[in-house]
Amino acid sequence: MALDSKIPQGPLADKWTKHKNEINLVNPANKRLIDIIVVGTGLAGGSAAATLAELGYNVKAFCFQDSPRRAHSIAAQGGINAAKNYQGDGDSTYRLFYDTVKGGDYRSREANVYRLAEVSANIIDQCVAQGVPFARDYGGLLDNRSFGGVLVSRTFYAKGQTGQQLLLGAYSAMNRQIGRGKIKMYNRHEMLDVVVVDGKARGIIARNLVTGEIERHSAHAVVLGTGGYGNVFFLSTNAMGSNVTAAWKAHKRGAYFANPCYTQIHPTCIPVSGDHQSKLTLMSESLRNDGRIWVPKHIKDVEAIRNKTLKPTQIAEEDRDYYLERRYPAFGNLVPRDVASRAAKERCDAGYGVNATGEAVYLDFAAAIMRYGKEQAHIKGLNENDDSVVKNLGKEVVKAKYGNLFQMYEKIVDENPYETPMMIYPAVHYTMGGIWVDYNLQTTVPGLYAIGEANFSDHGANRLGASALMQGLADGYFVLPYTIGDYLSNDIRTGPISTDTKEFEEAENKVKSELEHLINNKGTKPVDYFHRRLGKIMWNKCGMARNEKGLKEAIKEIAELRAEFWKDVRVPGTANEFNEELAKAGRVADFLELGELFAKDALEREESAGGHFREEHQTEEGEAKRRKEFQFVSAWEYKGEPKDAVLHKEDLKYENIEVKERSYK
Amino acid sequence: MNLTLKIWRQKNASDKGKMVDYQISDVSPDMSFLEMLDVLNDQIITKGEEPVAFDHDCREGICGMCSLYINGEAHGPDRGVTTCQLHMRKFKDGDTIYIEPFRAKAFPVIKDLVVDRSAFDRIQHAGGFISVNTSGNTQDANAIPIAKEAADTAMDAATCIGCGACVATCKNSSAMLFVGAKVSQYALLPQGQVEATDRVLNMVKQMDEEGFGNCTNTGACEVECPKGISLENIARMNSEYLKASLKG
Repeated sequence: MALDSKIPQGPLADKWTKHKNEINLVNPANKRLIDIIVVGTGLAGGSAAATLAELGYNVKAFCFQDSPRRAHSIAAQGGINAAKNYQGDGDSTYRLFYDTVKGGDYRSREANVYRLAEVSANIIDQCVAQGVPFARDYGGLLDNRSFGGVLVSRTFYAKGQTGQQLLLGAYSAMNRQIGRGKIKMYNRHEMLDVVVVDGKARGIIARNLVTGEIERHSAHAVVLGTGGYGNVFFLSTNAMGSNVTAAWKAHKRGAYFANPCYTQIHPTCIPVSGDHQSKLTLMSESLRNDGRIWVPKHIKDVEAIRNKTLKPTQIAEEDRDYYLERRYPAFGNLVPRDVASRAAKERCDAGYGVNATGEAVYLDFAAAIMRYGKEQAHIKGLNENDDSVVKNLGKEVVKAKYGNLFQMYEKIVDENPYETPMMIYPAVHYTMGGIWVDYNLQTTVPGLYAIGEANFSDHGANRLGASALMQGLADGYFVLPYTIGDYLSNDIRTGPISTDTKEFEEAENKVKSELEHLINNKGTKPVDYFHRRLGKIMWNKCGMARNEKGLKEAIKEIAELRAEFWKDVRVPGTANEFNEELAKAGRVADFLELGELFAKDALEREESAGGHFREEHQTEEGEAKRRKEFQFVSAWEYKGEPKDAVLHKEDLKYENIEVKERSYK
Repeated sequence: MNLTLKIWRQKNASDKGKMVDYQISDVSPDMSFLEMLDVLNDQIITKGEEPVAFDHDCREGICGMCSLYINGEAHGPDRGVTTCQLHMRKFKDGDTIYIEPFRAKAFPVIKDLVVDRSAFDRIQHAGGFISVNTSGNTQDANAIPIAKEAADTAMDAATCIGCGACVATCKNSSAMLFVGAKVSQYALLPQGQVEATDRVLNMVKQMDEEGFGNCTNTGACEVECPKGISLENIARMNSEYLKASLKG
């Protein structure tokens, strides 16, 4: 099947308005006759479910957590971008669009990104109207901060809990519709297959995670807002339950999977402490507004630190290497994530890592504390030259900005980041790749939509900080509710979709037999054993730097591990009860397939772009080197084993932006 | 460290349940409490038995999914953290640790340490929202300035993660801190004023119907709250409720 991105004709700035004016609508009376399933209740799924219900559709929403409020969007810390230009620093829709395309290393779709920038301002208005308590300045207006890869202040935030507040906003909008009976909410339910009838997505098979019951649910359209697949690395900043299963099952039913190798490895996470580790914790990028990243200049200091005979605070300024400020003077500590992560890896690989494992760099707030302290001392008329007064005042300012992050760090690492620099290292955080969608957010299966992190379209090969929240809410509040109507306008006479058909039966039987297989396998090793091993392969061979040899090994090793999993996994209990191990086993089984496609995609993409860094393709200075012949989206069609997947290419055209070497110097 | 764990095991909602003893060795002080339980479950599964069921997800203290009543305290002995952020360095070699589910009439046990907290969702369905449709035509976000102090206090209330520690801790199993936090967030903001009367009346009514107890001002909830939600929120809710009741 040829890929049709369905990008509307006309000038970039008019495309979305024109498209909205031209697509078909469903009248309010008919919306009542149409059912929509939304899987996932994060920012994308939650906002979509609420908005579709407000419009009058009958929505069934599903989440695997015990409440929709717990979806992993809740953990996003730093903020949400919007081209409001409240700071008067020259921001505009075009600049947000430009920064996002450039930040994505020219691997995203122009028209989608422009639309995202266009609706970004509406998101802030909508959230404020819902009662989201964004940070404000003393005049009562909204405050902003800066994020990586941009030269303006356009990030709105609610302390270090922006994702939580935005999700609770979407959750409140859902609650209103649940109360009205327009959303039927299924908590603790996991989607295990998409049902396709006559070529159209018409429902899902879900497992009730409390009773183990397998359920059929039908609808006129199915929307997946099921997040990313970072947990294929086992260790990531994702929640333990975050998984690829819904997206992967959709892929197996005909949805193409795009750019699986584009993974964001976030530069500022708390380093791994031991083999027992179950997840990694992010320290928000917003910290790079005030924190300076460095390692010692001299190896003897590194050794002394590792031997605990020297403290970082004892190293003189001239003996520190602020390597981001040195290499990228224009953007300094606020370079994009992929650049910052690789720079940290470069220093640690060269032997300058500052913890026992050699995989950590410093993020230092001492300068910011003194700078803010001096400002406060001046305002309060206190002695600006008294270091202890200044330091205490400065700590208060930093605490107000990042208090919860500092507390989180102290609880995990048992060190006080107000007194000694934080130690950080890159970790898997977000996946830019995902289900291929057209401009309408529809997948290659008619009636099946993918929104938020689950799709691929807006971030190219690298996502800028504070853009995930923007995209999730843009898709859910402002894009999908329009575009899905165009498709559903053909369904106003269809009537309810029966679940009593051979397609539902076939899908249900398939799900049941896979679950039975896992339960009856009676192998010797728990699910986590396989997941950890998969994670090691992915991190070592498909991580921050990739090469042909490693990727070929990864493909082979993952296929072998998958075979071993099916032979030797042990899942206790039965399928007809609350059984967390069974749920996990199903998710890991899918990760073991996706992981191989991931490596295959990385192998085929013989260039470096954003988060995908191929060692064979770098400049003399070690920067990522794109190749013109790879200016396309890789969309993979399922054909059985991951190795048999067929590649389809969607060429990316840049008509409004000049494609240049991405420079942050 | 080597530890003795006494864990509540209950097959399903209708099972009676009992405490079961487990020994665990070589626990690293850098492990989180849940990572310690992961290790225990690995051992249990390898032995061919059924692992201990417990709720968890983000493991960074924000989703509110994890619970556990550890040595008689919701989220364990540390302050200002959820169970997933509790680290084993808070315990000593040779300790015996009691691990139970959050107990309340309104939070029935599903299995082992997993409880059903959907009552919290239903309270929110009754009024935990502002009735504004998505349109793209709402007024500009800066059209109504909100005093920084009001916005900050609303934010403090809004940081509630809905974990239920307040209920589990309260001798009356009261949900006043949880409901008070939501009522307060909206009461402090201009956007929340239009529906203020109905909101507090409906949410309190639903709270009572769910079987949560009343508040007798012991303040235990505030002590155990991992997010430091203040008792002021209960006072604010009571005042909102009184105002609303007088209006009818």
